[in-house]
Amino acid sequence: MAKQSPVPDELSKPFWDAANKEKLVIQNCKSCERLHHPPKTECDLCGSGSHMEWKEMSGRGTIYNYGVVFDCPIRTLQEDQPFNVAVVMLEEDPGIQMYSHMPGIEVDKVPVGAAVEIIFETTGSGQKVPEWKISENETRA
Amino acid sequence: MTTENAPSSMYRDREGLGIWEHRGKVAAVGIGHSPTARRWDGRPESTVGALALDALRKAIADSGVDPADIDGLVMDGTTTTGAHWTAGDPIPQDFIEYFNPSSDPLDGLAKLSAEWILKNMPELKNVTFTMYGPGCMSNSIVVAAQAIGDGLTKTCLVLKGWHNFAGRYYQGGENALDTVPGTKGISSIWGTPASYGTALQFAEYCRKYNKTHDMMAPAIVQWKKNGLVFPEGFWAQHRPEEITAEDYISARWIAKPANLFDNDIPIMVTGAYLFTTAERAQDMKQKPVYILNHVSSRGKARSLTPTLEEVEAETASTGRKIFEGAGITANDLSFENMYDGFALFHQFHLEGLGFRGIKFGEALDFYQTDISPQGPNPISPSGGNVGSGRTRFWMHTDCIQQIQGRAGERALTKVKPEIGVSGGPMPTGGNFTVWSSTPG
Repeated sequence: MAKQSPVPDELSKPFWDAANKEKLVIQNCKSCERLHHPPKTECDLCGSGSHMEWKEMSGRGTIYNYGVVFDCPIRTLQEDQPFNVAVVMLEEDPGIQMYSHMPGIEVDKVPVGAAVEIIFETTGSGQKVPEWKISENETRA
Repeated sequence: MTTENAPSSMYRDREGLGIWEHRGKVAAVGIGHSPTARRWDGRPESTVGALALDALRKAIADSGVDPADIDGLVMDGTTTTGAHWTAGDPIPQDFIEYFNPSSDPLDGLAKLSAEWILKNMPELKNVTFTMYGPGCMSNSIVVAAQAIGDGLTKTCLVLKGWHNFAGRYYQGGENALDTVPGTKGISSIWGTPASYGTALQFAEYCRKYNKTHDMMAPAIVQWKKNGLVFPEGFWAQHRPEEITAEDYISARWIAKPANLFDNDIPIMVTGAYLFTTAERAQDMKQKPVYILNHVSSRGKARSLTPTLEEVEAETASTGRKIFEGAGITANDLSFENMYDGFALFHQFHLEGLGFRGIKFGEALDFYQTDISPQGPNPISPSGGNVGSGRTRFWMHTDCIQQIQGRAGERALTKVKPEIGVSGGPMPTGGNFTVWSSTPG
């Protein structure tokens, strides 16, 4: 699908740079060991902006649930409507979510609770973005 | 006069605050609405500024108060439904000549400031207190109520306006480009429309509680009916069409499981209320409707979008705050008018309140009972945004009108309208008010 190409800014640059290396990193507050996604200038818990680091994730997660988009505000995606948008919860912390179009999965047939693993897509500018595919094992109870 | 946003200290956003210190000491005594329109027609007399002046003057007339006795104005300065004045487009000359301008050329056209209102309502010559309750009417109401209770103003107008320009909203700007700033792109490049988050929560709700989207049909059909007997609303004024359950079930999807009727229609309209002290309200034209409490929800999603679990935790907390500060229980609520724009989250509000004893996962079953204004369990007798278009204020108007006995064909008949609750917008973030026929 023709996603927009993210142009890394100061806050998001480590995330997108890692994606170009096909790695998933998530911002973490070293002081209270709390992950943040999307990244923030200050930690939700301790309020510190000086203890933020980027931590590599396993790239594994679980599908929380999904919706099917029929009326998309993003021009580049409109010709692909309808399409799935699932929410993936990361294995390291289910409170941290990522969206996925679930490439290869039939529209409205996303297996809720299924285990997934990260893949990367290349957008028009060459910037890679995270996506997810079904793992071979495990489903959520 | 410089107008600021209300300070955080004016909001009751925590549990454990006890009874609201001004419980029953503030009352609504006037209501005014402008006519509605789908979009701005290009005339100065139908701008959001003109509609605001119309609604304010109607609220004043409705209350019977002398404008010179009004000393406060609380409002939201943002008026967009999602449509913005295109940068660089010239401001129409007839608009410039029609009103007294503020320093911002878009004031009255694509936004509203308190300064602009006062410049164009010379009859409000004694307003000394102005403040913004940003976001929506629900916010401005709680700020005005607290301000009156705190003695910052004694007789205060409350205002919310909406403008809607031509074109499909949210389709321009960055959404039309091939690139997007990186931080925004982390959540936006998957192309979710505004109702996606609610759709996701609803999908999880249906999975968790074994419910279906079709179970929403009786509520949507009823709320549309309620809207058609809400003469101030868009559908009653312009398209008086009932819908059937089949119409609802077969409507096109926006973000499945949210369909067209689960989303609201952006319109142009302005609403206003007049609040005063309970003491002053005694000899006014309309029956006073007392405010027993106001609370605010400031829930934050941990990550990209609130989960069902986060929503349920927050609505339960909101319910506890509402009852604690008002000194009531769920059993004291005659009716409820919580927000419905999007329709698929109304049940989260209901379940958080425990309205009529319902628990999490039970609201859609409750929708299969008689939830009409004439039934024993009135759910959103205003019809909300579903029934009358996106304003986020029909529910407040209906609470006041029900208790005053001025709800017309929407009047509750099986239940005596003594205490109602309204508010929103989101289950995880909003402002809520408890209205009562007596001061407590």
